[in-house]
Amino acid sequence: MDPRRFMSASRVFIVAGKGGVGKSTVAAALVTAARRIGLTALLVETDGKPLMLGGTADAGLSAQTITPSDALAEYLDRSGLGRISRRLISSGIVDVVASASPGIDHLLVLGKVKQLERSKAADVIVVDGPAAGHALTMLRTPRALAESVVVGPIRQQANDVLSMLNDERRCQVVLVTIPEPTPVNEAVETAFALEEDIGVRLAPIVINRVDDHENIPIPDSVSSTSGLVRAARFRNTRIDGHTRCIADLEHRLPLPQLRLPLDTTATIDEHATQLLAAIERLPEPPDAP
Amino acid sequence: MTSGVLDSVLTTARVVVVAGSGGVGKTTVSAAIAAQAALDGRRVAVVTIDPAKRLADALGFGAGQPIGNDPVRIPLDGAHGELWALMLDTRSTFDALVDRYSPSTDQAERIRSNLFYRNISGALSGTQEYMAAEKLYELHGDERFDLVVVDTPPTRQALDFLSAPARLRRFIDHPLYRIVIAPSSLGLRAVNAVSQPVLRTIARVVGAQALDDALAFFRAFQGLDAGFRERAHDVDRVLHEATTKYVVVTSAQAEPVAEAGFFISELESQGVGTSLVVANRLMPDFGSADDVSYDSPDPLRENLRELTAERHAEELVLLPLRTRLAQTPWISVELVAELLDERHDTLAAIRRLGSVLGTSD
Repeated sequence: MDPRRFMSASRVFIVAGKGGVGKSTVAAALVTAARRIGLTALLVETDGKPLMLGGTADAGLSAQTITPSDALAEYLDRSGLGRISRRLISSGIVDVVASASPGIDHLLVLGKVKQLERSKAADVIVVDGPAAGHALTMLRTPRALAESVVVGPIRQQANDVLSMLNDERRCQVVLVTIPEPTPVNEAVETAFALEEDIGVRLAPIVINRVDDHENIPIPDSVSSTSGLVRAARFRNTRIDGHTRCIADLEHRLPLPQLRLPLDTTATIDEHATQLLAAIERLPEPPDAP
Repeated sequence: MTSGVLDSVLTTARVVVVAGSGGVGKTTVSAAIAAQAALDGRRVAVVTIDPAKRLADALGFGAGQPIGNDPVRIPLDGAHGELWALMLDTRSTFDALVDRYSPSTDQAERIRSNLFYRNISGALSGTQEYMAAEKLYELHGDERFDLVVVDTPPTRQALDFLSAPARLRRFIDHPLYRIVIAPSSLGLRAVNAVSQPVLRTIARVVGAQALDDALAFFRAFQGLDAGFRERAHDVDRVLHEATTKYVVVTSAQAEPVAEAGFFISELESQGVGTSLVVANRLMPDFGSADDVSYDSPDPLRENLRELTAERHAEELVLLPLRTRLAQTPWISVELVAELLDERHDTLAAIRRLGSVLGTSD
C-alpha cells in the first residue's frame, strides 16, 4: 500500500496498546514516517511521559503534551468563563466536582484533540494514548457522557468528539501488540470493544518485535547441552511462539497486520523505516482509485 | 530456607509492594515472591489491583473459582506456610469504609446511594489507589497473614496510593466541603446551590446535576470525616514503615526501563526507597560465540551471535538503571522461552520463578 494513501486515510491516529508493547515507540515512528513522506505531523502525548521523536525537528514535525487540567483551563477560556474559573481550577474545586461526571477529564483531552483535528494542526496527528485498558475507558467516555448528560456544553463537547471518533476519515485507532499470548488476547478484546462500543474505525494492527527468522536446523552431531544448541532451541521456541500468535491473531481479528521486526537497537528513525516498509507490504485496498 | 537477596528483603518485610510497567511480568513476579515466601513458612496474602484480572490466570485459576475481594487459599504443595490471593474490588472496599464510619445505617445508605459517591468510588482518579492502600492496611492487621504482597496497576499512577491518604485528607478538608458543611456558609443548605456564583460557575463546567449530587454527598458525609481522617493517617503510617518494602520490576526494553526509573524517583520523593529491582525476561547467557569451534554449523554460530548481541543490547538499556541503583539489591531473571507458549503450566512457572528469585544472590 502506498504510504501516502495509508497516512491520508485519516487525520487522527490514536495509538493504543498495553504497557510494554512499544506503543510510544510506534507512535513516534508513525509521525516520523509521515514527515519523511512529506506530510506535516504532530505527536500528541496524553500520559505525561517524556516525548521522543525521530528525524530532525522542523516546523513540519512537532510534539505536544495534553494534560486534563490544561485542557480544562483552555475549555473554560473558550467557554468565556473569566478569571474566577481559573481560581476554581487552582483550588481543586472543579477537579473534585468534575469527578461527579467520571471521564470529564478524558473528554477534555479528546476535545482538545478534536480541536487540533478541526484546525488542521497537521496533516497527520498521532495520539499516544493511555495504556490499553485506560484507552478503552477514555474512548468510551464521549458516548457515556453524551447519553447521561442531557444538556449543556459537556453534552455538546461529547457529541462533537463522538462524531470525530465515528468518522473514519477523521479518526482511526492503531492497536499495537507483540506476538505473545497475553498481549494478543488483550488486543483482540480491545479491538472488539472499540468497534462495538465506540464505533471507531481500526487501522491495520501493528505487531511489534516479531522474530521473523527461519527456524535454525539443529544437527545431531552437536552436543545437545552446548550453548550453540541451547541458543538455537531458545530461538526456535521463540520463532514458533511468534508464528503461532500471529496466526492466532489473524484468525481472531480480521485486520491487516503491520509486522515490525524485533530490533533491540533500532532508533526511532530506523523504526520509521521499518514501519514504512511494512505499510508498503500491505495489499492495496480493493477500492483504490 | 533460602538465603539469597530476596530472603534478605523478605525477612524484615511485613508488606511488599511490587511496581513496574505493564508487560514486564509484574503480576507473575508478585505471585512468585508470595509463593516463595509461603514455601519458606510465611502466611502470605497476595493482592492485585490490576483491572486486567491477570493474577487469577497467573495462579492457574479456572473460570469457576474467581479470586474475589476476600482472600482465597491457594493450594501449594510442600509449602511450610500458606498462600492466599485476592483481587481488589474498589467499590466494595470503599463501601465497607463508609459502613464502618457511618453513625447510622441510614446515613451509610444515603451515602452509598448518592450518585456522586457511586461515581467517585468507582472512577475518581486516586480512589482505586487509595482503596488498594486501605486493603493493604486491612490485610496488614489481619492475624491470618504475616506478609502482604501487593501487585500494582500497570500505569504511571500506580504509586499514587502512597500519597492517596494525604489526598483523601485534603478531599475531606476541601473548600467545597467547607462551603457546604460549615454552619456559617450563608445557610447554603436552604438555598438552591446553583444560585451561588461560585457554584454556578462549577455547574457550567460539570453540569447542574453533577453539582447537586456532589453537594448532597458532602452533606451526607458529615460526621464520617473524623473517622476517615484518622484511618488515612494509620494507612499512611504503614506505607512508610521500615517493614514495608518496595520492589520495582522491569524488562530490558527502553519503555519499561524508563517507567522503572520514574517509579524509583516517585519512591525516593516519598521517602521510602527501593528495596529490590527485578530485571525480568532477560535474554539468557548461552556463552560466547567466540569460544565455539570453527567446525560448528554456521546457522548455529550465527544464531548464537545474534542472541548474544540481543543480550548485550539489553545490558546497555539496563545500564543507566544499574548505575543509578548500584547500592540496591538487584535480581536478573532470564526469560524461559516456554513462557511464550500459552500452553505452559502457570503455577509451575510461578514456583520456578519463585525459586530463581529465592536462590539468586
